[in-house]
Amino acid sequence: MTKIIIDGKEIDVPAEYTLLQACEAAGAEIPRFCYHERLSIAGNCRMCLVEVKGGPKPVASCAWGVRDCRPGPKGEPPEISTRSPMVKKAREGVMEFLLINHPLDCPICDQGGECDLQDQAMGYGVDTSRYAENKRAVEDKYLGALVKTSMTRCIQCTRCVRFSAEVCGVPEMGAIGRGEDMEITTYLEQALSSELQGNLVDICPVGALTSKPYAFAARPWELGKTQSIDVMDGLGSAIRVDTRGREVMRILPRINDSVNEEWISDKTRHVVDGLRTQRLDRPYVREDGKLRPATWPEAFKAIATRLARIDGKRVGAIAGDLAAVEEMYALKDLLAKLGSTNVAVQGGDSFDARLGRASYLFNPTIAGIEQADAILIIGANPRKEAAVLNARIRKRWRSGQLKVGLVGPKVDLTYAYEHIGAGTDSLSDVAAGKHSFATAFRNAKNPIVLVGAGAAARHDGGAILALAAKIAMDVNAVRDDWNGFAVLHDTASRVGALDIGFNGTGLTGAQMTTFGTMDVMFLLGADEVEIPEGVFTVYIGTHGDRGAHRADVILPGAAYTEKSGLYVNTEGRVQIAARASFPPGEAREDWAIIRALSEVLGRKLGYDSLAALRAEIIKAVPHLGRIDQIEAGKIADIKALAGKGGSLEKAPFKPLIDDFYLTNPIARASAVMAECSRLASGQMLTAAE
Amino acid sequence: MQVPRAACNERLESHVRPPSRQDLQPASFAFTDENLAFAKAQIAKYPEGRQASAVIAILWRAQEQNAGWVSEAAIRVVADMLGMPYIRVLEIATFYTMFQLQPVGKKAHVQVCGTTPCRLRGAEELIEVCKHRIHHDPFHLSKDGDFSWEEVECLGACVNAPMVQIWKDTYEDLTPESFGKVLDGFATGNLPTPGPQNGRQFSAPAGGPTTLKEKT
Repeated sequence: MTKIIIDGKEIDVPAEYTLLQACEAAGAEIPRFCYHERLSIAGNCRMCLVEVKGGPKPVASCAWGVRDCRPGPKGEPPEISTRSPMVKKAREGVMEFLLINHPLDCPICDQGGECDLQDQAMGYGVDTSRYAENKRAVEDKYLGALVKTSMTRCIQCTRCVRFSAEVCGVPEMGAIGRGEDMEITTYLEQALSSELQGNLVDICPVGALTSKPYAFAARPWELGKTQSIDVMDGLGSAIRVDTRGREVMRILPRINDSVNEEWISDKTRHVVDGLRTQRLDRPYVREDGKLRPATWPEAFKAIATRLARIDGKRVGAIAGDLAAVEEMYALKDLLAKLGSTNVAVQGGDSFDARLGRASYLFNPTIAGIEQADAILIIGANPRKEAAVLNARIRKRWRSGQLKVGLVGPKVDLTYAYEHIGAGTDSLSDVAAGKHSFATAFRNAKNPIVLVGAGAAARHDGGAILALAAKIAMDVNAVRDDWNGFAVLHDTASRVGALDIGFNGTGLTGAQMTTFGTMDVMFLLGADEVEIPEGVFTVYIGTHGDRGAHRADVILPGAAYTEKSGLYVNTEGRVQIAARASFPPGEAREDWAIIRALSEVLGRKLGYDSLAALRAEIIKAVPHLGRIDQIEAGKIADIKALAGKGGSLEKAPFKPLIDDFYLTNPIARASAVMAECSRLASGQMLTAAE
Repeated sequence: MQVPRAACNERLESHVRPPSRQDLQPASFAFTDENLAFAKAQIAKYPEGRQASAVIAILWRAQEQNAGWVSEAAIRVVADMLGMPYIRVLEIATFYTMFQLQPVGKKAHVQVCGTTPCRLRGAEELIEVCKHRIHHDPFHLSKDGDFSWEEVECLGACVNAPMVQIWKDTYEDLTPESFGKVLDGFATGNLPTPGPQNGRQFSAPAGGPTTLKEKT
């Protein structure tokens, strides 16, 4: 720790701090454009100038270390001033230079109202311009479907260049030319290909990079803002849902250092238009082979009639990728009252929740990746399955302290890795210590065995999980102070389902979708399952997707922005999504649909409000009441999992996600996602040439 | 692949020279054996993982091999050779005025220094000569395709201002007349001597020594 005096106040800061960090620690606000906490330091905007006592000129505080400051003549701590007339004058000068070439188009700029330059010009700008010459004009660049450019507004802070190179790991952006003629662009204006490119819009301090789908849609001050949780993947990234009326206008990230830092994937951000299209806004009943609009009582009656004729044991339910804990719990309850325990969540067949929580969680936690020194990835592509988590792995890899090995198809993960093999035999080799990576892995202090949901979804998924657990035990990755067994779930619903026992109590999902096992199936937003002919199917969901096409009765539910729901992310963190708007038409919140149906069926569930339902869930599964916390799994769980064994099939691992942009019904309804998918597949064609 | 149009800038002659029109770009580029050996020697100078340090030397060789300009294909070849993203090599090629991104004159590409000392000593007149003899606009070929010109920033020969650089040599202490003779020399293949064109020795005082004249 080093002493330093900032604006007359002496504080103690670590010597490796920059002056900007030290000033912030002292409570002084420093304006900045190019500096960003999570990117490397460029020091080119000069807005963060401060005065160092004894120095002839102001210094850029973002690029000046505390340890680089000289003490006073008698050994006093160095003195910094952030409010002196010299600093004010210097910043005003910088601002004037920045505004020389910046257009005065705030009234037609999408950044207006949330623009760093606009805000700081209020503090440091002068009210008139001394500049009479022509302003610089730059041609707009094409950067793909998500990022709109208005390059005349660019102040060349290079945040976007650093972001794409450092965080995305896809160094596509650059600054060509020099001096006044410098321009930010991609190589020959090719479309960006990163899954995190939407974040470029957030980090751009001016309106040069704005959101293309959201262009000219709304002003920030007219939007209602709701803090919520994303359900597009298993991470549960913190988001803010901006609404106008009942329409969701856009989704932005919130800062949550333990999950998503401050990034979100493009699917999370731009799925918004999918919430408006293809929506189920009224119940439907199939009559004579055709779905016809119906009323709620009609739809319930159709279900009741069918259920009255069959054995309660031949009823099953499968939950989809986006289901919240509440509706799964209510549906499980209802089925129990009908006499069935056949409940399953999509992709959950290989997991055995009875082994304990640690057997299906991302135990090292997402933030824990930054303590890891070796990762063995088994049958996963984190870049596609959890893009933000992949950025975290890349962040650790960039620090030079992480070795990565991959068993599975060879893909571009944005960081270097050792490709061990494509199939299970390579995994067995590692387990037997036969591969060179196995030695490195054994010597690692905090190793992580990362098993993808794709590997677990195979027929031999249970055996793969067991072998992965055995590897984790063998390399001493499961200790009191470190649990390196990590399952990377790709969906928001799965961990919650496993937590409440919505899986593995009766038949598995695969058994339920086999011909002749079931008479009635409830699909809770499950679109990625094939229901055999002759099974009466009730679809509770939001979009007219595959599940709805197959259904005999459709009950319109609420999407994740339209209901308050508990979600458990892949590391076991319980989070709550908040309601930002209302479901369309006659659609209702899913738990309420199930509660209403139960009454018609004469099997009334014992809760009349969401609060009562939650209270019951928490009584049954206490850790679900501890919001934003992780109930850690036990070491014994992994030992039990490792002991299960099982025989592996020879087949190589297959990618879980074919198309990152179209993994769930909301995304498949989105025109923006379809455009992204088209661009991405076009890029793959070029690469294959 | 989409190629951007040249940046339009009314105020100054633009120095942003993105890769030229698609129809001028050769489809591929390959180093000659000799240049490939040179490139490998350059790469070997730097430790593993730092091959990108060799980029300027190798780009320069590519330019020499490719009639004085770097084609888009050459940028990709150099980037692949060094494991760099294409945009990083494009950044370098557009940053330095020594790299040309469109075809240049077969006999001479004239780089006229237009920074303050040269400008005070008559660089504008040299630019006028270029405009009349070569082409009205920079980066355009003359009618016969033998010449092209551009204005560059300081080339570090201010004592001999005004000056131009053609290929690797500088021609200094120019007047419109002597500059015309230099161009004539390139046109006829009778290459002029590099250095001051007014009879002065290097950057010694014009008109002979002014101090240390007496012998002791």
